[in-house]
Amino acid sequence: MPLLKTGKLIADSWTHIEDDQEFTEASAIIVTLERWLNESESLRKRNEPIGVSLRNDQSPSQIIDDLEAISLVQLDFPAYTDGRAYSAARLLRQRYGFKGEIRAAGNVLRDQYPLMLRCGFDAFVVNEGIDVAGWQASIEAIDTPYQTAADNDIRPVWAKRHGIAQAS
Amino acid sequence: MYVYDKFDNSLVSDRVEQFREQVGRRLSGELTEDEFKPIRLMNGLYLQLHAYMLRVAIPYGLLSSPQMRKLAEVARTYDRGYAHFTTRQNIQFNWPRLEDTPDILEELSSVEMHAIQTSGNCIRNITADQFAGVDAEELDDSRVWAELIRQWSSLHPEFTFLPRKFKIAVTGSPHDRTAVKFHDIGLILKHGEDGNLGFEVLIGGGLGRTPMIGRTVREFLPQEYLLSYLEAILRVYNQLGRRDNKYKARIKILVHETGIDALRKMVEKEWSHVKKEGVDLPSAEVDRVRGHFTDPTYDVLPDHDHSYQVKQFEDPMFGRWVRANLAPHKMPGYVIANVSLKPIGGAPGDATAAQMEAVADLADEYSLGEIRVAHEQNLVLADVKISDAYALWKKLDEVQLGTPNLGLISDIIACPGLDYCALANARSIPVAQRLQRRFADFARQFDIGELTLNISGCINACGHHHAGHIGILGVDRRGEEYYQLTLGGSADENASIGKIVGPAFSNAEIVDAVETVIDTYLSIRAEGEAFIDTYRRTGEEPFKIALFGEKQNAAA
Repeated sequence: MPLLKTGKLIADSWTHIEDDQEFTEASAIIVTLERWLNESESLRKRNEPIGVSLRNDQSPSQIIDDLEAISLVQLDFPAYTDGRAYSAARLLRQRYGFKGEIRAAGNVLRDQYPLMLRCGFDAFVVNEGIDVAGWQASIEAIDTPYQTAADNDIRPVWAKRHGIAQAS
Repeated sequence: MYVYDKFDNSLVSDRVEQFREQVGRRLSGELTEDEFKPIRLMNGLYLQLHAYMLRVAIPYGLLSSPQMRKLAEVARTYDRGYAHFTTRQNIQFNWPRLEDTPDILEELSSVEMHAIQTSGNCIRNITADQFAGVDAEELDDSRVWAELIRQWSSLHPEFTFLPRKFKIAVTGSPHDRTAVKFHDIGLILKHGEDGNLGFEVLIGGGLGRTPMIGRTVREFLPQEYLLSYLEAILRVYNQLGRRDNKYKARIKILVHETGIDALRKMVEKEWSHVKKEGVDLPSAEVDRVRGHFTDPTYDVLPDHDHSYQVKQFEDPMFGRWVRANLAPHKMPGYVIANVSLKPIGGAPGDATAAQMEAVADLADEYSLGEIRVAHEQNLVLADVKISDAYALWKKLDEVQLGTPNLGLISDIIACPGLDYCALANARSIPVAQRLQRRFADFARQFDIGELTLNISGCINACGHHHAGHIGILGVDRRGEEYYQLTLGGSADENASIGKIVGPAFSNAEIVDAVETVIDTYLSIRAEGEAFIDTYRRTGEEPFKIALFGEKQNAAA
């Protein structure tokens, strides 16, 4: 599936590795949290980019101490109505200071795209043939948020009202 | 009242355009109904039994007269000339066409109104005390905090797909008029030991299938941390609230299953981080919003007005209206006037376009141009001079809004029921109407005294039946409408959940059953004792015996 990143559709250079699958061949790989926790030593030794995918009942607090070794965290939306991953993304980005890619996978739709961006997601596994211009327009549809989130470059309305440069 | 600045205006008008584009994609077929559903729900648009229903937010129930006129215009232009005020201080239009809804929202945005988050699994309209700002007893104005929470929660990116809907109420008065203990979060303004202002924070209250009274998660939260504390609660709930069963997804179930003490630890731990993350507002912003809720310039008036006293004797209906519908105002010579939307035989909470316009005009003439909506589905004119009370009542009465029944048995809370709602098992409105007719005699209503009677057409409890002194729940019994009675509920500061008494009554029997309960109360009450006090003293036994007889009762 294509990947939407910085407003463009790009080919996904990452390979998902199943729990029972060897990983020597692929360079940049994404493994499950279980595999990461069980094999982090050997995975770290590979010296290739590593990504970890979390189910939405798995807390990102489980990888806080490993974030320096992880280049990508994938969070799952089994249905767009299940919003747990929004919290996980904010925690990763804001609290744990994760600088790598936070990728949204699953039921990722245009109308939730702006919310995901605000929570710290920066890559989106999307369906073939999406209307990229429409998705980008949805970001600008509402560009004056009332509250702080993980997007520190966007000042909330109250900061603008009182001439406060940065929310935090 | 709060007045939008350029930021508020731009957000609301942007949202209208966004919704217009989304409706366009639905009408063109690009979005299926399934895909469109969460989008329309985020904007208050439901698909009901017969038509779409649009729920418009009335933040903390406060309306200006131009806003009320706009609602009337929408009712007349896009609906069938009436609308329905809800138990969450909102208003519903029952017959809009999908293709008209963007235009309706655009009309509303011209008077700083919207339908944002009036449905969906998100933070809903923030409710507050309908007497805020004019109640002599209040510690602080709940509208200030409700407005701040409204802004923080609007289009919140993290909390838009919660496990279930989320309702927050704020009260600033020791006498709770907001049903604060039946909310997902209840905020009770109080002073801390140091004399500073803050909140007692309750979580996990709610009605629905599993009624629960909110539990205190924090005895005292300093006011400057309100938003970070809310964010901490919401984040814990978003991550841990159940998503496997929509009937177990409200935060009350998380509180129940996790335990308030364990959950408190999680919330406090989360908050210890969030409060350092720039969520809370600078005091300048709190002051800015507070500046919108300063007192108007009141006239200096005497406490008494001769003609006001005389008219109560000359016109007994006015005398009744004064007794039932007027409440004390913090300023001498002023009263708070409750406008009943429960005329005998009407649909509780409904108002016609003409009535809405009349109320708007009367607000301009007699009450500084503002109207409040109470969760009991009535309206309030909060700043009326006692010397104007009679003239106001006469004009209200001309448009069937002068019913002197506030807090009496015919002041019924009812959901729309099976006449409108796709979820309902039974009709609510016709039962309310039959009860109102049965108890139409005002002398009898005043003799019965203070009583709340709430009717829900199904177990989802939109009519707050559990929280009524007398509650009626519509159930389906083999395709027939039956009604379960509950007794002893209460939505005030002494909140309690009504208990089911005996088997359900048929549609033909339910009004007689309520009358039996009332007659029983009248026969056993002590001097000056209200229904709920008698019930709390005697328990359900005398009522059960009266309803079902000694034998059946013993067998049951």
